[in-house]
Amino acid sequence: MSTPSDDLWQRLARLTPARIGLGRAGAGLPTREVLKFGLAHAQARDAVHTPMDAAEIAAAIAALGYATVTVTSGAEDRATYLRRPDYGRRLSPESRKALSEAAREPIDLALVVADGLSARAVHEGAAAMLAAFKPHLDKAGWSLAPVVVASQARVALGDAAGAALKARAVVVLIGERPGLSSPDSLGLYVTFDPKPGRSDAERNCISNVRPAGLSFDLAAFKLNWLLTQAFSRGLTGVALKDESDRLIESAKPDVAMPDVAIGAP
Amino acid sequence: MPYRHTVGPRTHVFADLAMLMAKATPIRSGDCLAGIAAESAEENMAARWCLAEVPLKEILARPLIPYEEDDVTRLILDDHDEAAFAEIAHLTVGDFREFLLTASSETLARIAPGVTPEIAAAVSKIMRNQDLILVARKARVVTKFRNTIGLPGTLAVRLQPNHPTDDLAGVTASILDGLSYGCGDAVIGINPVSDSIQTMGSLLTLFDSIIGRLEIPTQSCVLTHVTTTLDAMNRGLPVDLVFQSIAGTERANASFGVTLPILQEAHEAALALKRGTLGDNVMYFETGQGSALSADAHHGIDQQTLEARAYAVARRYRPLLVNTVVGFIGPEYLYNGKEIIRAGLEDHFCGKLMGVPLGVDVCYTNHAEADQDDMDTLLTLLGAAGCTYVMGIPGADDVMLNYQSTSFHDQLYIREVLGLRRAPEFEEWLARIGLTDADGTLLPGGAEARLLTAVPDLAA
Repeated sequence: MSTPSDDLWQRLARLTPARIGLGRAGAGLPTREVLKFGLAHAQARDAVHTPMDAAEIAAAIAALGYATVTVTSGAEDRATYLRRPDYGRRLSPESRKALSEAAREPIDLALVVADGLSARAVHEGAAAMLAAFKPHLDKAGWSLAPVVVASQARVALGDAAGAALKARAVVVLIGERPGLSSPDSLGLYVTFDPKPGRSDAERNCISNVRPAGLSFDLAAFKLNWLLTQAFSRGLTGVALKDESDRLIESAKPDVAMPDVAIGAP
Repeated sequence: MPYRHTVGPRTHVFADLAMLMAKATPIRSGDCLAGIAAESAEENMAARWCLAEVPLKEILARPLIPYEEDDVTRLILDDHDEAAFAEIAHLTVGDFREFLLTASSETLARIAPGVTPEIAAAVSKIMRNQDLILVARKARVVTKFRNTIGLPGTLAVRLQPNHPTDDLAGVTASILDGLSYGCGDAVIGINPVSDSIQTMGSLLTLFDSIIGRLEIPTQSCVLTHVTTTLDAMNRGLPVDLVFQSIAGTERANASFGVTLPILQEAHEAALALKRGTLGDNVMYFETGQGSALSADAHHGIDQQTLEARAYAVARRYRPLLVNTVVGFIGPEYLYNGKEIIRAGLEDHFCGKLMGVPLGVDVCYTNHAEADQDDMDTLLTLLGAAGCTYVMGIPGADDVMLNYQSTSFHDQLYIREVLGLRRAPEFEEWLARIGLTDADGTLLPGGAEARLLTAVPDLAA
């Protein structure tokens, strides 16, 4: 039976991230593979269950020059959050009041940083993502509400937050459901004219944003493209296809190009 | 008409049959989310007592969704076999449980066309896990395309070579790995990232050439929307099986972009290709508890009953394979290992009782309270229950869909523990190429290299 040292299996294993060529001990996995799998699952579980440190996140975002406001959803704890997605989509009554008080004149854009299913993704990536996005934001000149840092939150909480802040569009940066090899993945959800009751078909999503996936710079580029389209066409969702890759391929010199290889990832 | 059951000083009242069945369901998070679960342990048991006394005829006479409102209800009633039902028409739900425990395989096969999903779901709710296993084990459903699936003492495996970018070389690598463990008799079936016809075409062509070149007695499937598969068939691409996700209500199916006439059209188109050498079961369906609720199309009916209604949809098109993707949907529908295990056994039982070739994607996501130990438990129970097939995924880690299922190794485990064989034609092939001995046990070295050298250029 094969072992990972076999040349052929090593060659094949380079063709896919799938766990192939593992070898076997009778019907079972070799010990090292059982332990590797167990560790990956443990990290994914920790990503789901470790609470987000909202104060730390807010401080890191404030250090980039953004104002911040911290909110909680209607789900009181992780167990409730996991069972009741509807609670995670709502603002707690205190948070709704806080956002209403923070709201001024109608603004272009609200940014929401949400723990979602991976606080780890937010801890490791949210500030870096916002830093990468800042040059685009400054260049576009969109007016901005304070960045909302939301605990026990689902994507749709952004609808309530965006509406309370009188924003024309909302972007939710949220920890995605961790995969076994991706406990640190952020998703970016863009919704034009946010209000409670929006469906997922009315959003655009940029997913797998993490150092080993879609880079922060490229994600910022795509986000800027989607927002520009959303504001000019007055919509997001299935009617707005992400064609930013074409723009990357044509590489116009006046576009702020991300510092990544063309066509990656 | 409300149902009532008295326990000591308390009378529990259930507004209608749908509510009675919901309250009788073993507790799970999805029914709690829908606001229809029993509110106390006593209410849960009172509902089961009450349900056990309901005549099967009454369930048939009271559709949970009106005939006029829902095409799945119409399908269930229009397809109902009165003659097959006659044998059980005099029974209550409680009597039916006892009938099933004593029935022979032949009896179960005879009554299957008379069993509606609501009847199957109702009796499952008053059955313990061991009842679900014991009866399902006797209810054999045999289907054929290029091999024979579902024979007693066998368990087939879907080889699932998913890849995060649909890279053909990467997909081929996973297929070769799976074949080397003797997986793939149910189907070589991929969930592509892209639903474009171009991707589908290149994957179908790759599978067709691997199966043809190695002369493997099996079939392939690219799991895309049925309309894409129809397009592929119209373009002359080598489609073996038509795939579609289905659910138990018209509105939930609409949320998947599918209607009964579209399924009918695809079924007829696949039959016309005549690509099966042993039989003409050409459809592959996937289901899962909670899909109707997640589409806001549940009509106040519990998720397990709605799941059984999806099997009625499947049954009409004589599928080769149906599987419930039991733990994929997340903890808001099935919270933990206990709920996933129970649901997997219920789904398998209901499908088999209705004459549907049910397999189970024994699986969970990382936000569910479950782990690989729970999957070992469910796999073992399903092996005992005579499950048609399970998934085979490299290392149990699906790197495209981001969930954990059963692995190539896991099927070796269950074969060794329970003595389960592969589809006979596939088993003969494995022995012929020298990968296994005559009993289906993997042999060390040798033939594996032959398998590998025969194929890599296909991916170039």
